[in-house]
Amino acid sequence: MAARTRNAPVLSAGKYLAVAFYVAFALFPLYWLLKIALTPERLIYSDGTALWPSTVTLDNFRTVIFASDFLGYFGNSVIVSLTTAAATSMIAAAAGYAFSRFAFRGKRWVVVLMLLTQMFPLLMIIAPIYKIVASLGMLNSLTSLIVVYTAFNIPFATFLMQSFFDGIPKDLEEAAMIDGCTRFQALRKVILPLTLPGLAATLGFVFTAAWSELLFALMLINSNDAMTFPVGLLTFVSKFSVDWGQMMAAGVLALIPSCLFFLFIQRYLVQGLTSGAVKG
Amino acid sequence: MTTAHDNHATGMPRSRFGRAYFRYAVEPWLYLSPAVLLICFVMMIPLAIGIAYSVQSINLLKPFDTGYVGLENFAELGDDRKFWRAMTNTFWWTFGSVTLQFFLGLGLALLLSRPFHGKRAVQALVFLPWAVPTFLIALTWSWLLNPVIGPLPHWWAAMGILEEPYNILSNPDTAMWGPIMANVWYGVPFFAITLLAALQSIPHELYEAAEIDGASRWQSFTKITLPFLGPMIAITVMLRAIWIANFADLIYVMTGGGPANSTQILSTYIFTTAFRALDFGYASAIAVALLGVLLVYAAILLFVRAKLVKT
Repeated sequence: MAARTRNAPVLSAGKYLAVAFYVAFALFPLYWLLKIALTPERLIYSDGTALWPSTVTLDNFRTVIFASDFLGYFGNSVIVSLTTAAATSMIAAAAGYAFSRFAFRGKRWVVVLMLLTQMFPLLMIIAPIYKIVASLGMLNSLTSLIVVYTAFNIPFATFLMQSFFDGIPKDLEEAAMIDGCTRFQALRKVILPLTLPGLAATLGFVFTAAWSELLFALMLINSNDAMTFPVGLLTFVSKFSVDWGQMMAAGVLALIPSCLFFLFIQRYLVQGLTSGAVKG
Repeated sequence: MTTAHDNHATGMPRSRFGRAYFRYAVEPWLYLSPAVLLICFVMMIPLAIGIAYSVQSINLLKPFDTGYVGLENFAELGDDRKFWRAMTNTFWWTFGSVTLQFFLGLGLALLLSRPFHGKRAVQALVFLPWAVPTFLIALTWSWLLNPVIGPLPHWWAAMGILEEPYNILSNPDTAMWGPIMANVWYGVPFFAITLLAALQSIPHELYEAAEIDGASRWQSFTKITLPFLGPMIAITVMLRAIWIANFADLIYVMTGGGPANSTQILSTYIFTTAFRALDFGYASAIAVALLGVLLVYAAILLFVRAKLVKT
């Protein structure tokens, strides 16, 4: 008979406090990144740990964009991530479609194969891949990175695409096939337009993963021209580790594409993460 | 074209002789082959080569000293104090990260499972860390922990947690907390999202019935929510632990395994051995050891799962 505590003001204040804590926890590091990036270089040591910068400048961004190699790194990363995302999405769409629509001999084995690739330590294959890529003379080429990343991302992207195809009634393509389409035509004309949002989400997940991959890129790339953003930034950090403002400005720039894609895939996060979407 | 019609009319007969069977058996492989081929060539074959490397001497710095060495690499592992250190560190890194990620994630999921003002915006903001590239997370947190430009050491010193504002990453006793903090920041959204999805799958009527029967909120949490989430939680946590044990990026960027190997875990040890020392044979032996540990863990996982399902 006691009054329900559900709407008690203390409880709801506590709840909003907890929400505020989570939001602050999530945003504070990013705020700090932006803050230092905007602080003029001469003030870093006096203002470094103040919560609010006393003056704000875009000089750091200007230097990073116009007077360093970061634009090149950025371009390399965009090429690698976009190509990987496009290739993976297409290959995974085909495989996901097969998983969703066919019952065939050997299906179980393919599923096991794909799950297996998600379980073993990826670093196990870093040395063999280096050797193979080196023997093909493809070190320092973006193509080798694209091929490697595409393969890494196919398994989860396939499961993700399968979940999208599963959501589309089979009747649709069966109707189209009765009307005289081949299965491929039915897929292209009826099913694909319906999975476009799913395809876009897969594209976004793979892009985010490829954008942040570091260790294989470090191993396979060491020429300045072919460096992706993570490798370039890390090299920069180890060489000039006191240019705080510039490093953070570069960091903020690296954040932009991931944030854009994040907004884009936000609605699909549950589906993506349960399919095993991981980065790196 | 007409055969496609016929297939449908007869409901795709599993005849071994018709064109129907051909399409039925072969067509899925047309869709699957690019994926399967790529996975085999880029992942499975290198995996086999990697396992083979572990019984060879392959060091790019000693090109004339290559060949089969049997279990020599593994014997060396047994005496390698760095390796055993990395083994215990892997345990603490995984245990610390998963525990903190899980509890903070559960809290967040419970908060987000009920309506409140501005929920959509909050949801987008708190999930944002998941999208931040891992190398950037590592750099950002090592900057936050740096007393020159980061606030954290000063706050902790003011709160009395640290005696003076120093960089915890440079002290072997505290260094592991740095990457763990960064990992928690990165991983909370993952747990929150998966747990939120599970929470929303619990039928609402159960809570309403419990409320009518006079159950307190704590009671409905322990008697309805936890039993429902239990199996899902167990599987998610255990799978996530495997992923985190393999996750080297944060530690590699933040500390490189130092100071004095205090943050070296098996996966960073593999990477530094392959990348810095260019000793592929030894790196592969460590990798095989890590794989062995994970297999044992997975066996325990399956056993526990079987027990859970039975009762």
